[in-house]
Amino acid sequence: MAADSDLARLTLHEARDRVTAGEVTSAELTEACVARIEEVEGSVHAFAHRTTDEALAQAAARDAARPDPLPPLWGLPIAVKDNICTQGLPTTCGSKLLANFRPVYDSFVARRLEEAGAVILGKANMDEFAMGSSCENSALGPTHNPHDLERVPGGSSGGSAAAVAADECLAALGSDTGGSIRQPACFCGVVGLKPTYGRVSRNGLVAFASSLDQIGPLTKDARDAALLLGVIAGHDPDDSTSACQPVPNYEAALEAEVAGLTIGIPKEYFGGGLDPAVEEAVRAAIATYESLGATTVEVSLPHTEQAVATYYLVATAEASSNLGRFDGIRYGVRQEGKDLLDVYKRTREEGFGAEVKRRIMLGTFALSAGYYDAYYGKAMAVRTLIRNDFDAAFGQCDLLLTPTAPTPPFRLGEKLDDPLTMYLSDIFTIAVSLAGLPAVSFPTGTTAAGLPLGAQLIGRHFDEARLLAMVHAFEATGQGRPLPAL
Amino acid sequence: MEYETVIGLEVHTQLKTKSKIFCGCSTTFGAPPNSHTCPVCLGMPGVLPVLNREVVTCAIKLGLATRCTVNRSSRWARKNYFYPDLPKAYQISQYEAPICEHGYVEADLESGETRRIGLTRIHMEEDAGKNVHGAADDDHSYVDLNRAGVPLLEIVSEPDIRSSEEATAYLKRLRSIVRYLGISDGNMEEGSFRCDANVSIRPMGSDTFGTRAEVKNLNSFRHVAHAIDYEARRQARLLAQGKEVVQETRLWNTAEGKTYSMRSKEEAHDYRYFPDPDLVPLEISEQWIEAVRATLPELPADKEQRFVVEYGLPPQDAATLVASHHLADYFETVAGAVKEAKRAANWVLGELLAVLNKLGISVEESPVEAAALAALIRLIEEETISGKIAKSVFEKMVATGKAPAAIVEEEGLVQVADPEALRPIIQQVFDDNPTQLAQYQAGKTKLMGFFVGQTMRATGGKANPALVNKLLREMLPEPTAPADGG
Repeated sequence: MAADSDLARLTLHEARDRVTAGEVTSAELTEACVARIEEVEGSVHAFAHRTTDEALAQAAARDAARPDPLPPLWGLPIAVKDNICTQGLPTTCGSKLLANFRPVYDSFVARRLEEAGAVILGKANMDEFAMGSSCENSALGPTHNPHDLERVPGGSSGGSAAAVAADECLAALGSDTGGSIRQPACFCGVVGLKPTYGRVSRNGLVAFASSLDQIGPLTKDARDAALLLGVIAGHDPDDSTSACQPVPNYEAALEAEVAGLTIGIPKEYFGGGLDPAVEEAVRAAIATYESLGATTVEVSLPHTEQAVATYYLVATAEASSNLGRFDGIRYGVRQEGKDLLDVYKRTREEGFGAEVKRRIMLGTFALSAGYYDAYYGKAMAVRTLIRNDFDAAFGQCDLLLTPTAPTPPFRLGEKLDDPLTMYLSDIFTIAVSLAGLPAVSFPTGTTAAGLPLGAQLIGRHFDEARLLAMVHAFEATGQGRPLPAL
Repeated sequence: MEYETVIGLEVHTQLKTKSKIFCGCSTTFGAPPNSHTCPVCLGMPGVLPVLNREVVTCAIKLGLATRCTVNRSSRWARKNYFYPDLPKAYQISQYEAPICEHGYVEADLESGETRRIGLTRIHMEEDAGKNVHGAADDDHSYVDLNRAGVPLLEIVSEPDIRSSEEATAYLKRLRSIVRYLGISDGNMEEGSFRCDANVSIRPMGSDTFGTRAEVKNLNSFRHVAHAIDYEARRQARLLAQGKEVVQETRLWNTAEGKTYSMRSKEEAHDYRYFPDPDLVPLEISEQWIEAVRATLPELPADKEQRFVVEYGLPPQDAATLVASHHLADYFETVAGAVKEAKRAANWVLGELLAVLNKLGISVEESPVEAAALAALIRLIEEETISGKIAKSVFEKMVATGKAPAAIVEEEGLVQVADPEALRPIIQQVFDDNPTQLAQYQAGKTKLMGFFVGQTMRATGGKANPALVNKLLREMLPEPTAPADGG
């Protein structure tokens, strides 16, 4: 039914407006998304688990209730990354080890979605334990880029990005540790926001690197991101690293002026290795902002070169500790063994994929006695220098504009055997994570071959509203997301 | 060669907070397995710790009570290792920046000497759960996580201890302090007060340390003392044989009275400590410290000093009384209600402790309340009964719980303190014992005791002994020969 597919193509805010006006029901929206999933999921594989029956029941319940005033996401179908705990629904983190795991509790953001009235369509596919940049490291098989099924959707929130890009849901939640929201958003031609560290509670997000992980929205436009961020942001007393900062009305702030702002262009982000098409698109975006009255200034982030190495020490060190709990004793898939040590070894040998094992080994080494100071200790020191770089840059400008990823989406399998090259696909997003800053990737057109391109805006701490207003202003010039030909 | 033993002790004391250190679960002991658990203390994926501030207050209390520096800023660290009773595969502890440092405890030795034992540090951490191994016909092991997350303070002493006696005195004083502060039960047998001992020896007079062995599994003060003595002998024997002491962890075997190697230095765990990214650094305000200081009770050392000065007690008696603040309070209640504090102390330390030890109960459970003991002592002071009768009255008080006056009345035990009533009785004793009387007169004045005893016996112990003495001196014939006792 044609009308169904049309409904799935709505943005989150368009759907919200129609539900509020009583023009469309949650059931119709949900059925439209389910129909779209039926249509394209066979080729995209954005979902790790579909919760169609639960979603349809939830949609019916939303339609029956309709409280007044209507909560902000009432009846709107959304996908949630599979590392975000949803009580009673599978939460496998793309891992064989958690294939049978259903959390006994809801994450903070899942509770917020429930209170806002959202309908959870399913759990989005991801690189195992959010470790990867292509969504190929999933025990459930890779997700394909809706714009070119031969290419990766990016990662680790590749399922979330692909589901939004392919209109299989109205919006999605992802998580970003070193670029895992921004890079797939860029690859799939959608908006992906990594909030300031502490802006969104991590409670219920299965930890990869605790000092870096943040949950954020992947959406069809800036207003959707504002809407979704407004629902999930805020202080959570159950997360000691959650910020006690007031949550602004992000949607109302979208209309803020671009004119008069100073955009910093970090020179280190435009060196060798940057794909010409990507660079051209970013330069075009700079020109667009200048035409809107912003001024640009070249700035320097001198420790950019150290960011990837720093990240792969800090993140893997934390991961090696965070993933220790997956021992098969209390939950997850246990492999029996001849003694306790054997149970641990076999469970983890069988349960974890190659990339996860690689990072656990890296992190274990970085924290080892005798190596701690040279690796983890040094990385923490450099992390401070990277933060200082950004502080200094923000003395000269209001925000930064950079490429999101050095290349357009690459082919499936292209970098799978070359982890170092794979790690470099996060080169522009990693420093931001180390500094705990908010950043958004937004679509800036496509390559000649129709592959999505994107750029990244980086803000000061808790400056998400300004980032979204910037993206909104860019979209208002007629440059929205590219639609896949699926 | 003569050796000196060098000992440092690590004590873990379980705190009596209502809830666990990082979640709201109850800390009550003895509940059905795993009934006091939640996703946080079960280490479910995605959960985050939230600090129980009461634990910090307890740590500040102990820090102040042991003259430590309370650090205004301290950090949480993860200690990583795999074990089924450790659900996250790491223990949240403190490593580089503990909450308290550089304090001391003063311990009383049998000799009356006081030793000052330095404290390196006090830090907070979470307890692990417990592995329960199945009975003979059950080859399963079980994990009970009720204890996982129960707060602990670890108190690390300087290597200032030189003998098992000093170790015991230090432990007893430290236990008194935690009990005075009301922060821990301090029960070694039940595991709420646990001790590991680092033992080394060195030639007498040397100022360099020998290689140490860490001895674990010490479940009572006696075991600590025996294990230290055993270790000192074992190490001296090795050196005498020209062998070396190896750095290792050893287990105390109570049944055999020996220590056994558990793991060598090479096999020691690399705990890969690093700052816990889930918890922010702990900042303690001056006000917090001062507010805690204001709640500190009088501590054992001060109380002991006061008892010596205020009540004129010998230091050893004072030390015994203050070992438990309940006993000290009991004593003070009795002392406050009688004329002679010394007599109160003698009764508490003598009769009362004997009964409590015999019944295996603590002073809080004493069958004789302080007021009742004071009433009994007043009967002595008022010369209603003799000290000897009082002892039998006390026994009846223990057995029946009756008031001393009631027992004295019922049993007709009122002291005979009327000279006119006693004179005929004494005369009768003289009449019944002419031989002894003659010997006395002949100079065997030692027989005075015999006549006292006979008189007391004739009155059923009810005669006032002082009066009996006085009357006997009046009534006995003047000895003719010098009082040499013959």
